[in-house]
Amino acid sequence: MSTFSSPDTPEGQPVRPEDGTRRSFMKQAGGLLGLALAPPFVGPAERLAAYSKTVEGVTSLQLKINGTVRSIQAEPRVTLLDALREYLDLTGTKKGCDHGQCGACTVHVDGRRINSCLTLAVMQQGKEITTIEGLAQGDALHPMQEAFLKHDGFQCGYCTPGQIMSGVACVKEGHAGSDDQTREWMSGNLCRCGAYPNIVAAVREVAGKA
Amino acid sequence: MNNFSYTQAGSAKAATGLLKDKPQAAYIAGGTTLLDLMKANLEEHPQLVDINTLPFKGIEQTKDGLRIGAMERMSDVGENKLVLEQFPAISESLLLAASPQLRNMASIGGNILQRTRCGYFRDAAFPCNKRVPGSGCPALTGDNHNLAVLGTSESCIATAYPGDLSVALAAFDAVLTLENQKGKQRQVLVKDFYLLPGKTPQKETVLEPGELIVAVTIPMTAQARRSTYLKVRERSSYAYALASAAVGLDVQGGTIRAARVALGGVGTKPWRSPEAEKALVGQPATEATFRAAAAAAMRGAQPRKENAFKVELAQNTLVQALMKVAG
Ligand SMILES: Cc1cc2nc3c(=O)[nH]c(=O)nc-3n(C[C@H](O)[C@H](O)[C@H](O)COP(=O)(O)OP(=O)(O)OC[C@H]3O[C@@H](n4cnc5c(N)ncnc54)[C@H](O)[C@@H]3O)c2cc1C
Ligand code: SF4
Ligand code: FES
Ligand code: FES
Repeated sequence: MSTFSSPDTPEGQPVRPEDGTRRSFMKQAGGLLGLALAPPFVGPAERLAAYSKTVEGVTSLQLKINGTVRSIQAEPRVTLLDALREYLDLTGTKKGCDHGQCGACTVHVDGRRINSCLTLAVMQQGKEITTIEGLAQGDALHPMQEAFLKHDGFQCGYCTPGQIMSGVACVKEGHAGSDDQTREWMSGNLCRCGAYPNIVAAVREVAGKA
Repeated sequence: MNNFSYTQAGSAKAATGLLKDKPQAAYIAGGTTLLDLMKANLEEHPQLVDINTLPFKGIEQTKDGLRIGAMERMSDVGENKLVLEQFPAISESLLLAASPQLRNMASIGGNILQRTRCGYFRDAAFPCNKRVPGSGCPALTGDNHNLAVLGTSESCIATAYPGDLSVALAAFDAVLTLENQKGKQRQVLVKDFYLLPGKTPQKETVLEPGELIVAVTIPMTAQARRSTYLKVRERSSYAYALASAAVGLDVQGGTIRAARVALGGVGTKPWRSPEAEKALVGQPATEATFRAAAAAAMRGAQPRKENAFKVELAQNTLVQALMKVAG
C-alpha cells in the first residue's frame, strides 16, 4: 500500500492507517487472513492473485506533487496529465497532442522527465512528481526559467513549461554538452512557433553554468 | 478511453493468473503504446494489470550473453556501459528511438510489442485487416509511403513492428525468455518471434495469450562489438524509420569472417537478411561487396506506388552502415 500521509498532514508524519471507506474500494484480499479465508475451491493462481491490489471506479489517489501529498477522487483511467490539470488545477503542464508526440506535458517523476499524458495517475502514487509550478523557489525563478526569459525562448508560450522541464532534465542528464547534442536531446519537445534557436541558447547557457 | 479496473500484479504468477481469468485484460508496463491505442479507441480492455512490480529487472552478463530484464527502460539500457561496449548497434537503436521522455517510460518488453504506425490501422474510421480481420486493406492502393516492401501479403503491408530495438535484436541472435500461465518458461529467437502477415495480419507474434516477456539475452560476439544502427527518417530526430539497418562485421585481414544484417522500416517484421550475410562472408570488406549484399537483401522487394523509394533507400542505408563498421 502507499506510504502516504493524508492530504492535509504535514510531510514526515506517520502513515495514516487505511480507513474503512478506502478499504471498501480496494479489493485487497492479500495477507494471511485473505489466504486463510480463501475457500478451498479457489485455485492456486487465484490465491496468488489475491496478493495483487485492484482499484476500480472512483477511488482516492494520493500523489506527491512538488513536495506536497495531494489527494484526488478519480478513476484509474485518469492520466497523470489530467489529474494535474483537471483535478488539481495545476494547469502549468500543458496538453498538446495527448499521445506522446509533442512533449508539452513533460514533468519529472523521481527526477526523470516523462510525458504525463501517457501514464496513469494511479501508477504514479508513491513517486516524487515535479511540475513547472514546483521549479521556482518562492519568487526566485529557476535558472532555466531565467534563461528562457533572457533568451526569449518562446513566442506563444504553450510549449514552454514542457521545454523548461525537459531543459532542466537535459542539463542534469549531461546531454547539453554542445548545440547538436542539445538539439537531439530536446527533440521530444516540439515548438510550433519555432523558437528552437532561442531554446537551445537558453539550455546551453544553464548547462555552461552547471 | 474505456473505463477499466487497475491491478498491480504481486507476482508473475498472479499477473498471468489474472489474464487467465480475464483474457480481455492487458498488461501495462510504460503505457506508451497501450494508452496511446486505448485513447484512440483502437484497443479496449476491462482491466489493466500493472507489471512494473515484477522482478524482470537488471542488465547482467550470463554464460549465454548479456541478459536484459523486460522491465528495464529504454533509456537505461541504451546508456548502459556493457551495452555501449558490447552492442553499439543495440544502444544506438534505443537512443535513436522516440524521445528522451518516452525512453524514460518505455520498457524493453513493451518496445518489442509495440504496434504498427500504419495510418489506417490507427484510424478506426477505416477498414483494416489487422484491426478488424476481413475488413480489407486500404493501404494496398492508398497511403503506403511508410509501409513495407518485404514480407508483404495481399492482406497487409504494414511494418507491424515499426520500431528500432527489435531490428538490432534480430540481427544479433537475441533470445527472448517467455513465461506462460503455467509458470513455464521457453526461449524464442527475436528473429522468429514475429510472424509474416499472410492471411492473418492480426496475429503478429508467437506470444501466447497471457504469456509474459521476462528477459532478452544477446550472445556476445566479435560482430556485435563491431556494429552500428543507422536510421533514416523524415526529420532528423523523434520519428520512426523510413529505413534502417543494424549491421555487425567481424573483419580479419580485410576479409569478412562473420556478418549480421537486419533491416527496419522496410519489412512486415524486423527483417534479418541471410541473403545479405551470405553475400558478405568470405568477401573483401569493400563498397563493391556491400553494394552486392544490399542488392541481395532487397531482391524480393514488392514496392507499391508510394513506397517504391524504399528499395533504393534501404540499399543505400545498408551500404552506409556497412562502410561505417568496416571503417
Ligand atoms: C510518439 C512516439 C514515438 C515513438 N517512436 C519510436 C521510435 O522511433 N522507435 C521505437 O522503437 N519506438 C518508438 N515508439 C514506441 C515506443 O518505443 C513504445 O511505445 C514503447 O517501447 C512501449 O513500451 P511500454 O513499456 O510503454 O509498453 P506498454 O504500452 O506498457 O505495452 C505495450 C504492449 O506490450 C504489452 N507488454 C508490455 N510489457 C510486456 C511484457 N513484459 N510481457 C508481455 N506483454 C507486455 C502490453 O500489454 C501492451 O500490449 C514511439 C512511441 C511514441 C508514442
Ligand atoms: S497495411 Fe495492414 S495495418 Fe495497414 S490498413 Fe492494411 S491491413 Fe491494416
Ligand atoms: S501532450 Fe503529452 S506529449 Fe503531447
Ligand atoms: S512558443 Fe509557441 S509552441 Fe513553442
